[in-house]
Amino acid sequence: MKKHIIGAAVALGTLISTVSMSFAEELLVPHLTYRVGPFAANGTMGANAITDYFTMLNERDGGIGGLKVNPEECETGYNAQKGVECYESYRGKNPLMHIPNSTGITLQLLQKAPEDEVPIFTMGYGLSAAAKGETFPWAFNYPASYWSQMTSILSYIDSETGLKGKKLAFLYLDGGYGREPIPLLDKLSPQMGFDVVKIPVAFADSQNQGSQWLTIRKEKPDWVIMWGWGVMNITAIKEAAKTRFPLDRFIGNWWSGAHVDVEPLGMKAKGYKASNFTPSGRDFPVVQDVIKHVVSKGLTKTEPQMPGKVLYNRSLFMAVIMAEAIIEAQKLAGKPNVTGADVRKGFERIKLDEARLKELGFEGFTPVIGSCADHEGQGSIFVHQWNGKEWDRITDFIPPMTDIVQPLLTEAAEAYKADKPGWKTQNCS
Amino acid sequence: MFYKETGQFKSKYKEELAAFPLFEDKIGIGILGVLTFLVIPLFGLPGLNYEFAMGAIMIPCMIFIIMTLGLNILLGFAGQISLGTGAFSGVGAYAFYKFITIFPDINIIIALVLSGLVSAVVGVIFGLPSLRIKGFYLMVATLAAQFFLTWAFIRVAWLYNYNASGAIEGPNKEMFGIIMIGPQSSGMTRYYFVLVTLIVLTWLASNVIRGRIGRSWMMIRDMDIAAELIGIRPLVAKLSAFAFSSFYIGIAGALMVFFWLGAAEAESFDINHSFLYLFMVIIGGLGSITGSYMGAIFVWVVPVLIKEIGKSAFGFDAFVMENFSTILLGAMIIIILILEPHGLARLWQITKQKLRLWPFPY
Repeated sequence: MKKHIIGAAVALGTLISTVSMSFAEELLVPHLTYRVGPFAANGTMGANAITDYFTMLNERDGGIGGLKVNPEECETGYNAQKGVECYESYRGKNPLMHIPNSTGITLQLLQKAPEDEVPIFTMGYGLSAAAKGETFPWAFNYPASYWSQMTSILSYIDSETGLKGKKLAFLYLDGGYGREPIPLLDKLSPQMGFDVVKIPVAFADSQNQGSQWLTIRKEKPDWVIMWGWGVMNITAIKEAAKTRFPLDRFIGNWWSGAHVDVEPLGMKAKGYKASNFTPSGRDFPVVQDVIKHVVSKGLTKTEPQMPGKVLYNRSLFMAVIMAEAIIEAQKLAGKPNVTGADVRKGFERIKLDEARLKELGFEGFTPVIGSCADHEGQGSIFVHQWNGKEWDRITDFIPPMTDIVQPLLTEAAEAYKADKPGWKTQNCS
Repeated sequence: MFYKETGQFKSKYKEELAAFPLFEDKIGIGILGVLTFLVIPLFGLPGLNYEFAMGAIMIPCMIFIIMTLGLNILLGFAGQISLGTGAFSGVGAYAFYKFITIFPDINIIIALVLSGLVSAVVGVIFGLPSLRIKGFYLMVATLAAQFFLTWAFIRVAWLYNYNASGAIEGPNKEMFGIIMIGPQSSGMTRYYFVLVTLIVLTWLASNVIRGRIGRSWMMIRDMDIAAELIGIRPLVAKLSAFAFSSFYIGIAGALMVFFWLGAAEAESFDINHSFLYLFMVIIGGLGSITGSYMGAIFVWVVPVLIKEIGKSAFGFDAFVMENFSTILLGAMIIIILILEPHGLARLWQITKQKLRLWPFPY
């Protein structure tokens, strides 16, 4: 009898230790997705691309530093409360980072990250002020914040028609995401001498923008800038075409210029512009690798024609920044089995310059160089235009107006910190 | 067998009126007390990660029980239907946020009670139409409250202190030297705080319901004209039900944001949440405190467990499980309501009845 008990105990012990071993021997990258809900069409493509990239690394290179990457998904439906629940459910599993995939969720997680010591990476979304690494040690928004992007768009407009004395309409999704650049516009409009009309589109009215475009007709702006997402984009472009607003004066941000936004409209959307930092197309070696190792082997839910689309390539780029952070963290820690705190340091050491991008198969994407103080990398954007069939890149990289944005970001970061006693900062000097 | 009333003699009215008159019930409650006060906070739930068990199951469950109790007072005991629960919980949450940011040294318990009172006042204001209208008409009036209040949560920037994010966030805040809320607080402290709040509020509710006020609510529910004829004032009865219910819901809303989520936007108080709480009340059983417990636990825990089991045991994708748990919950609601229209509370009562006679039913 006693023997049996000892035997059982030993068996149980090995079982428990193998279970806990299997936990430790992989790199857990939590991945908040929205494959259901109002933005599912966009969310599914992004989620697939991130999973595909890590599957490709697992297949081609055997993971990162010899450890397989587990991009474990949690479904949020783009709902902030669900996002927080998802975040909580990863506790105690050694997550290396969090990618909330929603500005609303990001804003709620920012406070938790320093206490849980897991970095938050929001590529091209999230809180702009998080660019300030000294105030936000645990948040990263490579390659550029919304505010940097807005100044790049403004300097593009300036180069096209001049900005002084012009009237801009700012059409935005009424939520954390769309409202994010408003403080910047309010600051810049007197400074740079342009007028701005702010036109919100409520979440529920995404498909019904008649009154918004009536306002635009009445106001007669010289340019319309859009911060839209999901079905709001296609509706806006359709309305613009219907009300005969010149589409080459209508420019979306990088979340408002994907294939899904214009493909159904085809030639009707011809001339519409949007900013971007991740070129589309299938010729990049990394896209080819994903097709070869993942898509053609049937290891994914990605449809074969998806790789190369704007959102797909962008999420591949998101994944490569995440992977680079893990690689840097492993170098720094001297072991493959890293923690969230290591990955945070890895993020600060990211150096995706042109040479490294070429090496990874991302030639032509915007370079990202991080540091302790700079968590946005001050990446540049370019403008692309829909020709009725495909997106054409029409400009070189346009750098943000650093001298204008940086002081504003510092100010915003200070304001964020001000009403939070005990907020954890870091010293970069 | 399990419930043996024989031999349990009562010689005083007090014993007859006790909340748990049977010895077996007392044992059951004692076991439950040991579990919730000692075993669960120390060891968590079996097979689940401790933080997950606290943050995703235990704490939200208890908060939703308070929410359900509140709605059940209004709907189950006073018979006034409301679709504004989500918004009233938001009033409590925003009030709590304003109290702790305007008076940073305020005691959390005082802030919680005050925010409950603010919610009660708002509840009474939106309950005024109940004096004139009933049933579906009242439902529409409370629906107006729901939309107006969520609109206010987005548009009145003063409510969230002009935050760029538009969200209310819980700062770190101490009580008696322990960090109770905010990102630095531990799951265990928040658990105990919510547990004690739940017990106090349950005790209060059960006593109010058994007393004069509760009886006047039930009279209004059963037949308002008859109640009026024998001297119940509908104004006092209905508005006190709205006040009492909103007080509970407001406290639950404040707990939800600051002891569970940590931060929230207006969408945490939208109409979908009102429906969720309504489900909890109906599944649990109208007009029953035990039912409020069961309904909230069932509607909250079942989908969480389905998702976890589907993911870890069968390796399904997260979004598949998300859809599947919604479908399954919907199916279970329909099945339960067909089999037992009076909810889980009635089911529990039947079980108890059967256990009394087991193993020799007649």
